[in-house]
Amino acid sequence: MNIDEYRGILVVGEVYDGKVRPVTYQLISKAREMASSLNTKLSAVLMGNNISQYANDMIAYGADTAYIMEDKVLESYVSELYASVLARFIESIKPEIVLIPATHTGREYGPRIAAYLQTGMTADCTDLQIRNGKFIQIRPAYGGNIMGEIITPNHRPQIATVRPNVFKVGNYDKQRKGETVKVKPDMSNINIRTMIKDIVKTTVTGTKKVDEARVVVSGGRGIGSKEGFSILQDLADLLGGAVGASRVAVELGWMPKSAQVGQSGLTVAPDLYIAVGISGTIQHIVGMKDSKIIIAINKDPNAPIFNIADFGIVGDYREIIPIFIEELKKELKK
Amino acid sequence: MKILVLVKQVPDTTDVKFNENGVMIREGLQSILNMFDQFALEEALRIREMYGGEVSVMTLAPEQAKTAMQKCLALGADKAYHISDRAFGGSDTLATSYALSLAVQKTGPYDIIFAGNQATDGDTGHIGPQVAEWMKIPHTSYVERVEKIENGTITVKSLLEDGYRMIEMKLPALVACIPPPNFEYSNPSMSGIIKAKNKPYIWMKADDIDGDKSKFGLNGSPTRVVKMYPPPKRERGQIFTGDYSESVRKIIEHLKEKKVIE
Repeated sequence: MNIDEYRGILVVGEVYDGKVRPVTYQLISKAREMASSLNTKLSAVLMGNNISQYANDMIAYGADTAYIMEDKVLESYVSELYASVLARFIESIKPEIVLIPATHTGREYGPRIAAYLQTGMTADCTDLQIRNGKFIQIRPAYGGNIMGEIITPNHRPQIATVRPNVFKVGNYDKQRKGETVKVKPDMSNINIRTMIKDIVKTTVTGTKKVDEARVVVSGGRGIGSKEGFSILQDLADLLGGAVGASRVAVELGWMPKSAQVGQSGLTVAPDLYIAVGISGTIQHIVGMKDSKIIIAINKDPNAPIFNIADFGIVGDYREIIPIFIEELKKELKK
Repeated sequence: MKILVLVKQVPDTTDVKFNENGVMIREGLQSILNMFDQFALEEALRIREMYGGEVSVMTLAPEQAKTAMQKCLALGADKAYHISDRAFGGSDTLATSYALSLAVQKTGPYDIIFAGNQATDGDTGHIGPQVAEWMKIPHTSYVERVEKIENGTITVKSLLEDGYRMIEMKLPALVACIPPPNFEYSNPSMSGIIKAKNKPYIWMKADDIDGDKSKFGLNGSPTRVVKMYPPPKRERGQIFTGDYSESVRKIIEHLKEKKVIE
């Protein structure tokens, strides 16, 4: 492998339910900075059907080239198909770095691409840096107890997956110039043995997505019951936010899995995170520690959540949240 | 039905202690069977119960991982393959998945390969998809349940962030499993533990699996860990223990200052 043949950064975007996932633009924004410090080009690729209208957005967020791969077959995501088509595309344009969203889908086709190309991959990065021209991939391990810096010295491309909301979207510059390139997906001799039989959505429509909300009010074991979450919902509604949950609250059946914040759930970084009745295991903390402001409400003064909170109130949430709501209403009326 | 489950022994990271510098103390951490893998094994055993067949478990790990393998046998697996060789030291996920895929082909063919969706130590989720890619077989990750096996296909329930998909794959296929919320893990029974001692336990070395030895271990690993350190700490802020109303008002004042509420 002649690694000097590989140039530029490629961001793999994702279309989900007919829309571009926000993580796509987050990765393009981050990659823009990286491309500038490496003095190289940034491209982004999107796969699906009838998606060419998104090329301009990818350029506005920082891509120099927006690749659009359209085909009826690509409309529904299948791991072996996406992995093969993307791997072949990557082989054809030879980028030095590839960023893939660490969504459920990206974590499924991503590793296959790395194995196909026989190159290195780093999962779930929480930071990416360019240091002396080298690509440093930073990620937690051991349940968030240790951070590791990983490099891929002699193989290209260097592939990393990044969770949604680890990076913020940057400037949207409508005037930005870029090139849109339509690519015919290479699907020759791909034997697809996977069939989607059904897709079921369990998130109630109309409710705010936890990983896209500016304010998240999360509950844990201390909430005590499914019913207890309704007051958290009231507070979240007042703040225009969403209700999240700890793993325990999900396991007890109080909240759906789609609301789970933490290592085996969502990573969130809202402006305000209110943790109610959550003790703060390391697994939960890795999923929310990058929130701008953290407020913790817990009966136990020794709960570890207080160690990372900007503000905390020791006490019973059943009494504190109603006061919070009442005081907020006064404020918002002003 | 020939079924294989890929498993890993991991340090128990749910109860980690730190030294005064905030560095994780790795000594004395208990070694356990990766919970994702145990769930995968229990799914495999349930499938064996329904459709008959044989369930083997396989690991690529130092000798001490035998404890986790014995647990798999005690839980009901029929046979264990333990690949252990210094040649595999320093393997990253690409090198590990390569060696595993060779061992799978050597000891197979299998109809279904189960794996945990991820291991709780590295948490990469790479091994399942990458073994499948080396073998050029279909796979699905985030599998919470195997629904059925019928006419040479397997149907699985695979989780999305906001729901799930029912996916049918032609066999052979690989499924990477994630336990549903409140899954109750089985404990090995006394008779299971006794029976485990007489089940086939097959040790394999690098020489026992055919393949390109330059792709084994550190040499075959494109990635390098160059640094490890404790995660950045957030400072402990103001914790109120007094009057609720006063505490709430102070916090709201601050939120206003920071323009979180306007």
